Amino acid sequence: MDFSDTPDEAAFRAEARAFLSANAVRKSAQSRTYRSRAFTPEDVALSKAWQATKAAAGFAGFHWPKKYGGRDGTQMQAIIFAQEEENYLVPPGIFNQGVGMALPTIMSCGTPAQANRYARPALFGEEVWCQLFSEPAAGSDLAGLRTRATREGDDWLVNGQKVWTSNAHFSQFAMLIARSNPDVPKHQGLTFFILDMATPGVEVRRIKQISGTSNFCEVFLTDVRIPDSQRLGAIGDGWKVAMTMLANERHTVGQAEGPDFDDIFRLAKQLTLDGQPAVNDSAVREKLATWYCQSQGLKYIRLRMQTALSRGKTPGPEASIAKLVSASKLQDIAAFGVDLLGQAGAVMDPETAPYDAWFQHALLYAPGKRIAGGTDEILRNIIAERVLKMPPELRLDKDIPFNKIPAGLR
Amino acid sequence: MNFEFSEDVTAMRDEVNRFLTNRLPTGAVRHQIESGAMLDRELWQELAAMGWLGASIPEAYGGAGLGHETLCMIAEELGRALPFVPVSSSIFLASLAIQDYGSDAQKQAYLPGLADGSRIGAFALAEGNGDPAPESAGTSFAAGRLTGKKHPVFDGAAADFAVVAARNADGGTGLYIADLAAPAILREPLATFDLGRPAAVITFTGAAASPLPLAGDWSAIARLLDQAAILFAFEAVGGAQAALAMALDYAKSRYAFGRPIAALQAIKHKLADIYVAIELARSNAYFGAWALQADGPERPAAAAAARLSANDAFFEAAKENIQVHGGMGFTWESDCHLYYRRAKQLAGNLGSARYWRNRLIGRLLAQNETEAA
Repeated sequence: MDFSDTPDEAAFRAEARAFLSANAVRKSAQSRTYRSRAFTPEDVALSKAWQATKAAAGFAGFHWPKKYGGRDGTQMQAIIFAQEEENYLVPPGIFNQGVGMALPTIMSCGTPAQANRYARPALFGEEVWCQLFSEPAAGSDLAGLRTRATREGDDWLVNGQKVWTSNAHFSQFAMLIARSNPDVPKHQGLTFFILDMATPGVEVRRIKQISGTSNFCEVFLTDVRIPDSQRLGAIGDGWKVAMTMLANERHTVGQAEGPDFDDIFRLAKQLTLDGQPAVNDSAVREKLATWYCQSQGLKYIRLRMQTALSRGKTPGPEASIAKLVSASKLQDIAAFGVDLLGQAGAVMDPETAPYDAWFQHALLYAPGKRIAGGTDEILRNIIAERVLKMPPELRLDKDIPFNKIPAGLR
Repeated sequence: MNFEFSEDVTAMRDEVNRFLTNRLPTGAVRHQIESGAMLDRELWQELAAMGWLGASIPEAYGGAGLGHETLCMIAEELGRALPFVPVSSSIFLASLAIQDYGSDAQKQAYLPGLADGSRIGAFALAEGNGDPAPESAGTSFAAGRLTGKKHPVFDGAAADFAVVAARNADGGTGLYIADLAAPAILREPLATFDLGRPAAVITFTGAAASPLPLAGDWSAIARLLDQAAILFAFEAVGGAQAALAMALDYAKSRYAFGRPIAALQAIKHKLADIYVAIELARSNAYFGAWALQADGPERPAAAAAARLSANDAFFEAAKENIQVHGGMGFTWESDCHLYYRRAKQLAGNLGSARYWRNRLIGRLLAQNETEAA
């Protein structure tokens, strides 16, 4: 075992550090911010500028082919750059859905003309992408989506409603999946499109979450006209395209952000219980030890995954484990942080609640982390079926035409 | 970045796995523990002959000198197969104590026998209920003689000698080697629920013993417990993996309501959670293996995290394996109970979860102060 970089990795890390120190400000203890908030227009402008800087220097699209402006590099380079970037004050990333997911999918499922048109503007941060996937009646069961795409001459006419779309209010383009044929079983009647968000009939509304912030949108599509040249892949191949896209998503390990072991440990050292530091209380220690073990376990699972990548292997189900464990851990830590404050636990005033009321905010956004990007329940199914080879769920709707599937009220 | 065991080390694991799988068909371990013996002596000699008992003992003392990472892999396989042999007492505790704290003469005298299986060592720390603590030793050492009562001493009846924790004339705690065939030593068997880990009460009434010269105080014992905790964690990971595999096999072949019970979400989600717990534990154990070899300041926290997560995963896997088997799992012949018993034996031997949580948090607090200073 050896925690150091290979010579190639070390050389790349040095390159990344040189670029970052020349172009960004290093984080200090004072520069830490706790609150998660919705992106402002200023955030978006700064993000675009930073993306352009990175792309121009060759620090974006690490595994993209060179002909599209990428580096033709490795997944490890992307990981190393992210590790280094973490130490600098940089604008929030809003390009994962475009650079990380949409464009690789267009490159493998679309036409060369499509890839040529969209690659560089996405890479250089000029065009932001979002995903029009989930619907009010199609979440975990995405293939049950109802947005209709009807052929009209050289165009498609799209009607329906999409939901839980991050960044829709400032995106230029969307990856859209819609039902082109309701007379066949659900997975067969789907088609993928590239949608210009400025098209008439596209209406974006912000969703107010339980935390009061708005990170997501719902998108209404009314008689939206999409030229057939914007279709991605063959008619009826939408599910295949969606799977290609989600496979790209799995490369990015989903770890829920928010207060973690170090933060609750610090809080427990600062607070007093019965005249003693809370960290001396055995009930507190029991919780702390559990979260330490989970956090460390996830860290070393990540290192095992990086080892596999570093050796050119495809990592296994580690991303599902990280997402499943970290979301509940976040919720539990947030809840316990609030508990530790006793009578003042519910206070959200950033002046009095520790760390700008970080634990209180996390308590309110944590439920979403257990739902978005694969619910706890779906992740357990994935682990049971793909890793443990247990039988798949019964699917009562698999072989019947979509328009014959019973539908509830929601 | 290389956070995996080397190919040599994993090849060794595969070899141990193949050997134990062939050597111990279903029911073999159960028949051994039913026999009333103190260990499976035939298998013990076979493990010695393969060079596995002496894997981490230096070549100069009759071992294979392969290092601690190899020993971790062997521990995982032993945890999986549950052979009725005293490796944890003799190798993970007694041998490591002598390797680290013994004089050259003591190493010459004891290590070759431990490696070739001709001698079995035990570790005598506990004196009844409670966790390891400096002030807990009622046993004392003076003028070359031990006096006191140690229990439980796992594998104490089978052992030829014991490494004994006792208070010295200065009031500190040290480690002493006592040959158990010597006069003034009384050994009595002590019933335990883990039938594959028999225990004894050992009473010393002025028995001859020699100090391990480098085990000067309690910190040496705490350090030995850290090392053993990592190896025990690998045993627990192996046991947890075996219990999960048993549950999966059964769930896939047992039909109810017209389909395998493995198709039921209540079973799928239960076993998915156990898989996740095992992977977290395995990853902590891997870091433990690195820390065991590296012997740096990370080791105490790494040992505690490895042990706590492995024991939790093992007990969860063992108890839910019985549950998945239904009534069948509650029978003696199902063998499910062997893992259930071992999980709780491992969780107490070397101290309770409370002891290890305190050691972990205490260590993290101390690290924080060092960083702040």
